[in-house]
Amino acid sequence: MPLVPAITDLELLTKHFAVAQLLAWNRAAVLSAKFDRDELSVSIAPSHIRESCAILRDDSQAQFNFLSDITAVDWYPSEPRFEVVYHLLSIPRRDRVRLKVRLPGSDPCVESITTVWPAADFFEREIFDLFGIQFHGHPYLRRLMMPEDWEGYPLRKDYPVEGYR
Amino acid sequence: MGHLTTSPTIEPGHDGTMILNMGPQHPSTHGVLRLVLEIEGENVIRIMPDIGYLHTGIEKTCEAKFYQQVVVLTDRIDYLCPLTNNLCYVLAVEKLLGLEIPERAQWLRVLLNELTRINSHLVWLGTHALDIGAMSVFLYCFREREDVLRIFEMVSGQRMMTSYFRIGGLALEPPLGFFDRVKKFADSFPKRVDEYEELLTSNPIWVERTKGVAYISQEDAIALGATGPTLRASGVDFDLRRDIPYSSYDKFQFEVPVSTDSDVFARYILRVREMRESNKIVQQALAGMPSGPVKADAPKVVLPDREAMKTQMESLIYHFKIITEGFAVPEGEVYQAVESPRGEMGYYVVSDGTAKPYRVHMRGASFANLQALPKMCEGRLIADVVAAIGSIDIVLGEIDR
Repeated sequence: MPLVPAITDLELLTKHFAVAQLLAWNRAAVLSAKFDRDELSVSIAPSHIRESCAILRDDSQAQFNFLSDITAVDWYPSEPRFEVVYHLLSIPRRDRVRLKVRLPGSDPCVESITTVWPAADFFEREIFDLFGIQFHGHPYLRRLMMPEDWEGYPLRKDYPVEGYR
Repeated sequence: MGHLTTSPTIEPGHDGTMILNMGPQHPSTHGVLRLVLEIEGENVIRIMPDIGYLHTGIEKTCEAKFYQQVVVLTDRIDYLCPLTNNLCYVLAVEKLLGLEIPERAQWLRVLLNELTRINSHLVWLGTHALDIGAMSVFLYCFREREDVLRIFEMVSGQRMMTSYFRIGGLALEPPLGFFDRVKKFADSFPKRVDEYEELLTSNPIWVERTKGVAYISQEDAIALGATGPTLRASGVDFDLRRDIPYSSYDKFQFEVPVSTDSDVFARYILRVREMRESNKIVQQALAGMPSGPVKADAPKVVLPDREAMKTQMESLIYHFKIITEGFAVPEGEVYQAVESPRGEMGYYVVSDGTAKPYRVHMRGASFANLQALPKMCEGRLIADVVAAIGSIDIVLGEIDR
């Protein structure tokens, strides 16, 4: 389909349950929202991410009961450097939403959502392993892909693609 | 790698339990999965999966390649369904570009994807049965798998690493005789599935080993992120092909098998029925295959035909530019999910407006499904662990990436 300009006005996006419910719960938690290429992204204040996920999961209208994916993007050298991206799916409504939090480059840390979805366990460990982002409250935050004694975080943009060591 | 030198990832809980290391070189772990089991006699108390033995840093490599070069990397992620990976990636990039794909290309993609599903399920059925002790099913399954691989070889020149889907369509029009070959396979396949079922479905040993084994409730399956047949066997009626359709799947009629038994047997029956449904989709695609081009009309993105490239200056320039500089993709981000044989396969592609992807992340269905394994096995017999691993159909290439 041809590209159309993205919608970023919060008021226009309240027809989406995810935006409406989050705004009704706590206006300060929602930093911005964007509807682009048929996909909705909502930027959340880092301190509210776990509660936002819980609200969207338990809300009887939004019903985002399934965690599809968590990943991260490194926007080095801009600040805040890291972006942790959560993809939620509503199985009953066949709908998706993307939540994003931005974290600073020095000591990046965000609350773990393993208490909301146990599925977050591996995803958060993978991000910790490859990006070096800490997840508070994760039950077992250890390297997942790389060896335990590996130095550095391979998916960071300042980590070379080849020639290391 | 350093994994083996580190201390065991779990400690014995109390006296009388012991730690057993299973894998990474264990024939029934389908690759290089390592499980650390805490057992008390024959009972499993805890399981800790340890992965990463196949980690190759594909996501990092993608960031250093042009968009069109990434297609060949996606084959290597899940080597049992390379075309599904191709499809998911090209759909994501096409969504970023806002590209319209000709109908014939979409239908051919569906046709080949369903053959891929049959191929993957055949490998799963053969190896799963072998794990549990039924040798002959393996030989039957690989006989038909060979036919499917020959079909792939016919279109792409490769049996496994096909890279046949390209951004903007397909690499080539399929060769002469392709549709006859597929038709011949699709006509004979239902009888073959009957053969497998004859060997297993009412076989008392098979039923004994699978019924009621590795139970997982619907709530747990959803909470742990399981998808595909693993989730549908727990009573969740959800299939991306039907519910969030892509690549014109909405034009096909097929059923989504669902069961509420939540055990190994239910997962087996679902996949066998899925093979039949996939075969129906292949038949529909053959019957209604539209005519027309197989590549989108986007000269800056899609490579020109060889003939045009040799005779027309403009095509030659486009060809040269795509090969040497790639093509710029508008800024944005896309999460595209498709129903792979194992469940939800998702590609998250971020573009910063250049010719190389800023970030490509693959959400592997096996990666999430593996998290459901401890729940299935804990508190049950150690012999059932092998059946449980087989029933979630993991591919380690996709887990470790």
